[in-house]
Amino acid sequence: MEYVIEMNHITKIFGKFKALDDVTFKVKKGEVHALLGENGAGKSTLMSVLFGLYQAEKGEIIINGKTEQISNPNDANNLDIGMVHQHFKLVHNFTVLESIILGRETVKAGILRKEDARKKVMDLSNKYKLKIDPDAYISDITVGMQQRVEILKMLYCDNDILIFDEPTAVLTPQEIEELMKVMKELVKEGKSIIFISHKLNEIKAVADRCTVLRKGRHIGTVDVSTTTKEQMSEMMVGRKVSFNIEKTDTNVGEAVLEVRNLTIKARNSKKNMVNDVTFDVNRGEIVCIAGIDGNGQSELVYGITGLIPINEGKVFLNGRDVTKESIRRKCIYGMAHIPEDRHKHGLILDFDLQQNAVMQTYYEPRFQKFGLIKFNSVREYARKLIKQYDIRSPKDEDSVVRNMSGGNQQKLIIARELDRDPEIVLAVQPTRGLDVGATEYIHKQLMAQRDEGKAVLLISLELDEVMNVSDRILVIYEGEIVGELNPEEITVSELGLYMAGSKRGESYGKKA
Amino acid sequence: MEKRRNLQEHKGAISFISSLMAIAAGLIFGLIILFISNSKDALPAFATILTGGFSEGARGIGQVIYFATPIIMTGLSVGFAFKTGLFNIGASGQFTCGAFAAIYIGVKWTFIPAGIHWLAALTGAMAAGAVWGAGPGLLKAFFNVNEVITSIMMNYIGMYLVNMTIVKTVYDALKNQTKPVAKSAVLPKAGLDKLFNTGNLNIGIIIAILAVIIIYVVLHKTTFGYELKACGSNKSASKYAGINEKKSIVFSMVIAGALSGLGGGLLYLSGSGKYLQVLDVLAPEGFSGISVALLGMSHPLGILFAGLFIAHLTVGGFNIQLYNFVPEVIDMIIAVIIYCGAFALMFKQLLNTFMASPVEESSETRENKDNTDNIADEDDEHAEKEESQ
Repeated sequence: MEYVIEMNHITKIFGKFKALDDVTFKVKKGEVHALLGENGAGKSTLMSVLFGLYQAEKGEIIINGKTEQISNPNDANNLDIGMVHQHFKLVHNFTVLESIILGRETVKAGILRKEDARKKVMDLSNKYKLKIDPDAYISDITVGMQQRVEILKMLYCDNDILIFDEPTAVLTPQEIEELMKVMKELVKEGKSIIFISHKLNEIKAVADRCTVLRKGRHIGTVDVSTTTKEQMSEMMVGRKVSFNIEKTDTNVGEAVLEVRNLTIKARNSKKNMVNDVTFDVNRGEIVCIAGIDGNGQSELVYGITGLIPINEGKVFLNGRDVTKESIRRKCIYGMAHIPEDRHKHGLILDFDLQQNAVMQTYYEPRFQKFGLIKFNSVREYARKLIKQYDIRSPKDEDSVVRNMSGGNQQKLIIARELDRDPEIVLAVQPTRGLDVGATEYIHKQLMAQRDEGKAVLLISLELDEVMNVSDRILVIYEGEIVGELNPEEITVSELGLYMAGSKRGESYGKKA
Repeated sequence: MEKRRNLQEHKGAISFISSLMAIAAGLIFGLIILFISNSKDALPAFATILTGGFSEGARGIGQVIYFATPIIMTGLSVGFAFKTGLFNIGASGQFTCGAFAAIYIGVKWTFIPAGIHWLAALTGAMAAGAVWGAGPGLLKAFFNVNEVITSIMMNYIGMYLVNMTIVKTVYDALKNQTKPVAKSAVLPKAGLDKLFNTGNLNIGIIIAILAVIIIYVVLHKTTFGYELKACGSNKSASKYAGINEKKSIVFSMVIAGALSGLGGGLLYLSGSGKYLQVLDVLAPEGFSGISVALLGMSHPLGILFAGLFIAHLTVGGFNIQLYNFVPEVIDMIIAVIIYCGAFALMFKQLLNTFMASPVEESSETRENKDNTDNIADEDDEHAEKEESQ
C-alpha cells in the first residue's frame, strides 16, 4: 500500500500550548481523505505544517516515500502540493486567466505569452468540466466560479496532492454537488485529495477515509463507508450529539418587527443592496432569512438596527415607528442584535469580560451613580451571566475578551443580548465558526426565546441551520425577498434553487 | 484568586521593568554620543546627566518640578487622547493658544479682582486649547479626516495666528515678545518657592497633579470614560452598543486640547521671567508631551513620573554645558528611550522568558488550556506574532 503523504508523530507547540500532539496522518494515492475536527482541533495547523507555513517541533513528513523538509509554501509547491484556502486568495482586478497563471507566467523574451497559457487552461477546464470564463474579472464572477479558478490554478501547476480547506462553506447546494463530482473526477485521474471539513454529510458523500482530530490529538482514522455519521461525530466531539433540535409548537402572536419597503443603496453606487423588502416577524416564531453570502442580508440587518442609514422604507417595533430612532433607543425598546462580525461589532476585544457584559447597559442606574461606575454591581452582573450562560474563560470576569475562545466570546454576546429581555433578537450567523457543542447550545437559546413568546430573526448561510431551526424561511437574492417557504414542506435542493435566483415565489415576481 | 492578583501585579511589574530597560538603553546611547564627541569629559558629564535635578539640593528639585509641569500637562493631553483612540499631535498648537489666552487675560483684563485673576487666565487658557483641539475632533467625527494631519496643521495655524495676534495686542516691540502679565495674574506661590528655594515654583505643579488625578478618575471610574475608551478601542462596537461615537471623539479632543492649553497657561503665568516670543518655532513642550505620554504608557500616573523624569534629564542637560557639551544630547537620549519604548514588546518577551516563575507558569498553562478552541482560528495572528518577534 503506497502512501503519498505520511506525517508521522507531528507535534507543534505554540508557546506552552500543544496545537498538535503526536499526530500521525497518512494519505493514500488516489483517495479523498477527509480531515475532520471541531474548530481548534488542529486541522488548519496540521495542514499549515504540511504546507510549510509552520515548522513542527517533532515528527517527520514523508512525501512519495522520501523524507522532506518543508520550510515554506514554495517547497510545498515544488512537491506538487496545492491548497484551496477557505478564503480565496485571488486578485480582484485580474482576469480569470491572469489569476490562474499568476506566478507561473509563460514568458518569451520578457513578454507575457498568454496564448499558450490560455490553451493549457482551457484544456484543463474542459477535461475536468470546470467551467470558467477566462476573460471575466475575478470581482465579477460568482464565489463558485472563484473556487473553480482556485482549483484550476492548482491543476495548472501540475499539483498531485490537493488540499481543500472547508471548500463548501460558501457554496449553494447545487455548487456543492458539482464540486463533489469534480473531486471524484480528480481522484480518478490519480490525484490525491485532502478534504478538510466538519460537515459529516459531505464527508460521507465524497471521502474514502477520514482522520479525526480532537484538541490536537489524533483520535482515529476510519473507513468512511463502514462508519456512521453518529460514530464520526462522537469521535469528533467526544460525546453524543443530537443533530435534530426539538421543536415544540408555539402560538404565533402579533407582529413584533415590521419591515416595510426597506431600500438601502450601496455606498458608492446606485445599486440597491436591499431592494424594497417587506416582512414581519411575529411573537413565538423564528423567521430565517436564507441566502448566499453577499445578497444583502448583512445590509438588511445593519439597516434595521441602525448601523447604516436606510434610504427608503420604515421599521416598526411593537407597532412603534423606530426608523429614525437612535441605536440606543432601539436597544431600550427591546431590539437585540447578535452581530455577524463579533470582533468588529459584538465585542471590544481589549476590554475584559465584565466591561463587555455591560456594553449597552452601563448607563443604567444599577451600574452607575452620578456618572461613576459601580464596579461591584458590574462584577456581580458579569458573574451572574458567566454562571447562567456557562461562559468559560481563563480568568472569569477579569479575562480580556481577546483571550477567550470564539465559542465563549459568542456565548458572552448571546448572554448579554438575551439577558436584556429583548422583544426581538436579530441573530446574524450566530453559529459561524463554532463547534458542534456551542452550535447546539446557541440553537437551544434561540429556541427558548421563541418558546417564551419572543420573536427571533435569524440570518444564516448554513442550510442545516435554516432547515432545522426556523419556523418560516424567507429567501433573499440580490437584495430582494424572492420567496417565503415552510421548512417542513421544502427540500434542501429546492431551497437552493431559490437561493441561486433561479426560482421565485408566486407573489414575488421580478420587479421592474 | 490570590494567584490571579499575583499574576496581574507581575504583569504590571514586567511592563514597568521594560520601561526601565528602555531608559537604560537610551542612557547608554547617550554615553556613547558623549564619548564620541569628547571622550575625556564623557564620564563626568554622564554623571551630571544622571544626577540631573539632584545636583543642587532643593533648588535643583524645584527646577525639575518647574520644567515638568508643562510637559506633564501636554503629556496628559496626548496620553488621554491616545487612550480614547486618537493621536493628538496638535498639543503644541493647543499649548501655544492656551499660553496666549492666559497672557492676554493676564495683561489686559486687569478689571478682574486680584484673587481670581490668575484663575480666570487659566480658564481662558483651557478654553483656547479646547477650541484648538475641537477643530481636528469635529473634522474627524463628521468628515473622517485623520486627526494626525489636521492637528499638525493646527499647530502651524496656531503658532502664526498667535504671533500675529501678539503683535497686534500685547506686544513688547523692544524684546520681540509678550508684555509681562499683571501681578495678580501670576500663579500663587503657596510657599513652594521658599521650600525649594527657587522663585520659579508655584502651585502649577499642584494643578498638574490635580489634573492627573481627575483624568485618572474620568478614564477609569466613570461611564463617560468608559464611553471614550470604548470608542477608542473599537468604534464599530461602540456604535453597535448605542454610544454616540461622534460625540465621544469631539469630547476627547476638546479635553485633550484643554489640558494642553492649561499647560501653556501654567508655564507662562509662573512669573519665572518666561515670555511668549514671536518666533516661527512650534512650542517644543507639545512634542515633549508625546515623549512623556509614550514613556508613561499613556497612564496618568505614568505620565506624571515620566514628566518628572524627562525634566530631571533636561536639568542635567543644562548642567553638562559646564563640560562644553550641548544640551541637545538630552533630546537624543530621550529619542532613543522612546525608540526603545516602542520595542517594549520585545523587552517584555525577553523578561517573560527569563523571569517566568513557577506560579506564573501554572496560571498560564491553565489560560492556554482554555484557549484551545481559539488557536487554530488565529493562525494568521500567530504568524504575525512570530514575524514581530
